[in-house]
Amino acid sequence: MKQQIELLMGNEAIGRGLIEAGCQIAAAYPGTPSTEILQAVIDHREQAAEPLHIEWSVNEKIAFEVALAASYTGKRSVAVMKQVGLNVAADPFMRTAYLGVKGGMLTIVADDPGPHSSQNEQDTRLFCLQARVPVLDPASPAEAKELVPQAFELSEKYEMNLVLRPTTRICHSRQNVERQKPLKLERGANFEKDPTRWAATPAFLPPLHRRLNANLEKIAREPGLQPRLTKGDGSRPRVALVASGIAYAHLVDLLDELNLNGRVDLFQVLMPYPLNPEFSARLRRDYSRVLVLEETYPVIELQLAHPGTVGKQGGAVPREGELTPDIIHRVLAEFLDLPAPPELPAQKRGQRPSLCPGCPHRAAFYSIRQCFPKGIFPSDIGCYTLGLNLGAVDTVHCMGACISQGVGFYQSYAQDGEFPTIVVTIGDSTFFHAGIPALINAVIQQARIIVVILDNATTAMTGGQPVPHLGLAADGRKTRAVAIEPLVRASGVDFLEICDPYDKPRLEQLLRQADSYIRSDRGGVAVLISRHGCIMDPAVRKAQPSWQVSIKESCVGCRRCVDAFECPALSMDSEQNIARVNPDRCIGCGTCIPVCPVDAIIREGEE
Amino acid sequence: MKQQIIVSGIGGQGVLFLTRVIAQAAVNRGLPVLTSETHGMAQRGGTVLSTIKVGNFASPLIRAGQADLGLLLWEENLSVHRALLKPEGRLYLNAASAGPGDRIDASAIARDLGNAVLANLVLLGLAVRQQALFCSVEECETAIRQLAPRKFVRQNLEAFHQGLNRNQ
Repeated sequence: MKQQIELLMGNEAIGRGLIEAGCQIAAAYPGTPSTEILQAVIDHREQAAEPLHIEWSVNEKIAFEVALAASYTGKRSVAVMKQVGLNVAADPFMRTAYLGVKGGMLTIVADDPGPHSSQNEQDTRLFCLQARVPVLDPASPAEAKELVPQAFELSEKYEMNLVLRPTTRICHSRQNVERQKPLKLERGANFEKDPTRWAATPAFLPPLHRRLNANLEKIAREPGLQPRLTKGDGSRPRVALVASGIAYAHLVDLLDELNLNGRVDLFQVLMPYPLNPEFSARLRRDYSRVLVLEETYPVIELQLAHPGTVGKQGGAVPREGELTPDIIHRVLAEFLDLPAPPELPAQKRGQRPSLCPGCPHRAAFYSIRQCFPKGIFPSDIGCYTLGLNLGAVDTVHCMGACISQGVGFYQSYAQDGEFPTIVVTIGDSTFFHAGIPALINAVIQQARIIVVILDNATTAMTGGQPVPHLGLAADGRKTRAVAIEPLVRASGVDFLEICDPYDKPRLEQLLRQADSYIRSDRGGVAVLISRHGCIMDPAVRKAQPSWQVSIKESCVGCRRCVDAFECPALSMDSEQNIARVNPDRCIGCGTCIPVCPVDAIIREGEE
Repeated sequence: MKQQIIVSGIGGQGVLFLTRVIAQAAVNRGLPVLTSETHGMAQRGGTVLSTIKVGNFASPLIRAGQADLGLLLWEENLSVHRALLKPEGRLYLNAASAGPGDRIDASAIARDLGNAVLANLVLLGLAVRQQALFCSVEECETAIRQLAPRKFVRQNLEAFHQGLNRNQ
């Protein structure tokens, strides 16, 4: 077969690798930087040699469990998530280490050093050390793809779940990558019952734990996954560089530029856990000083326990943030006694992100803030986190936390007497992911809070994956739709209203009604569904009227539309002290019109 | 052949598409290429940066003072990303006002073509005309044809040619 080279994003390369390796069950919950992995599986599904089930699961725990049972039948499976998604899937993930798998199973967890688009920069490799699960750390998109079939083979050889951990700079890099023909494994589903393993009670766990430990010893010595040495010329004896993941790639380019390639011993660690104890012993024996470069936590460093380590624990390598090439340059110069690079100019942040022009969330947040200037506003993970810019988001924690946090706020204030209006905002996808148990809890604990479900009919932040109430499967086929309203009612909520946030007077009327309800004798949780499609969806744009919006000379320069409403299509002309509309960015939704206190924002042609 | 390129803008300006066109041109010529891109939250109108490294590299990121070429779609990013350029690095900006670098009001040209996002290819046209990129006019055209949705190919090529041919 002719070799095919194509330009693929790291995530696409991994997705393509899954198809080529004969993966038959792929489940994921979207989250940056991991999202495009499953999307690539969807896009390449026609090339799979055998049947392939793909799902956007409701959350990561579910994705993991679906993939796990698929592996019990002997087929190859994968669960894909971002690093904090592994926290959600932690329960089944930890036990799987003991019970093992049958068909090859991979958990692909994308980490986000920086972080660029996450609520923390936790290191999945350290999670794996705690869970006792082998983890692979690729240094490029092409390497990530190559590791997929290798990881499946090892998963089957040891009957263990393996983790592939790309980071943002792998996920969202593009590279020329080679295509292979998808494997045809010809495995029928065949679940061999073994309750002592698949339903292991405590009595059966010690032998399973022993087997796990023995397997870890063996896999640590797997020849294909040993640290790769690029030998130096002996000019810097007893000094070694050890790096994994993208930090290794940065280091290679840097050594090249500094003419140090092949001058100093350099190890690339492909499998940071479990580290081969013989590798650690060799480093202790042959080297006095070892520089360890890894993201984000000192996982290799902890296992090496080398007395001459220069790394994160001693503080020579920054303990937080990305290890960018500039940072590595500084660290390397210090370690090898090279001329120090020039001081970097202070990192400027540039334009902050904001909700899109026309975003229905903006309209909802503005009304919430207007109705309850003294309210408390717990919110959640998604585009709508950017309600921060409108002062309508006070807390953002983790998927689904806003409803439970709303309850915590309420109980703490209510036991003192008066309580402020607590308006919780949660997106539709987040509501399905982790909001439903929290809503039931809020009802039975008799919390008096307003929950606004921001329903834009998509998982917008990650690029528009389907949500359960659309009735669409990952591959676009129709499936049963699960609506939000009956779930809310079945959770015991008596106040439920639905409104398009573009209708400002109606939304504000409902918010005030909801506030009266929660404060009434029989009050409890009030739910409002703020429903308007995501403006990134071309069909939504097409279906709604678009006006040419402009600003009259009567603008008094109060900045309300620019600051409080914060539409990026509006800005201040500081010379004239009036607001201006940027025609390249305005979509003509008109939601800013009622915001102006002097009616200076108009639809063109209207006076 | 080695070239390090930055593409800077804000979310929604087509930075990713421009990045892909340049990288595809490298792949078509059989050159190794690495890019890095901004996805996720920052894409919502915030500052975004792509880096492209053509030739034998291992890492997709560019150190301060190492970029040969900068394509800036959002003038205000100049203060944020200029430090990535070599002192002799070439700089092309989408800007209506005067200032450092070679400038073209790509947004205005794109607006005349019916879509402000096309400013990305107008700017590419300017850089290619001045032979600042490793790739030729024809190589860019091929990459645009490969990557643009079919019904927009003609409009995309038109934007590229406007940048190529605009009098200064």
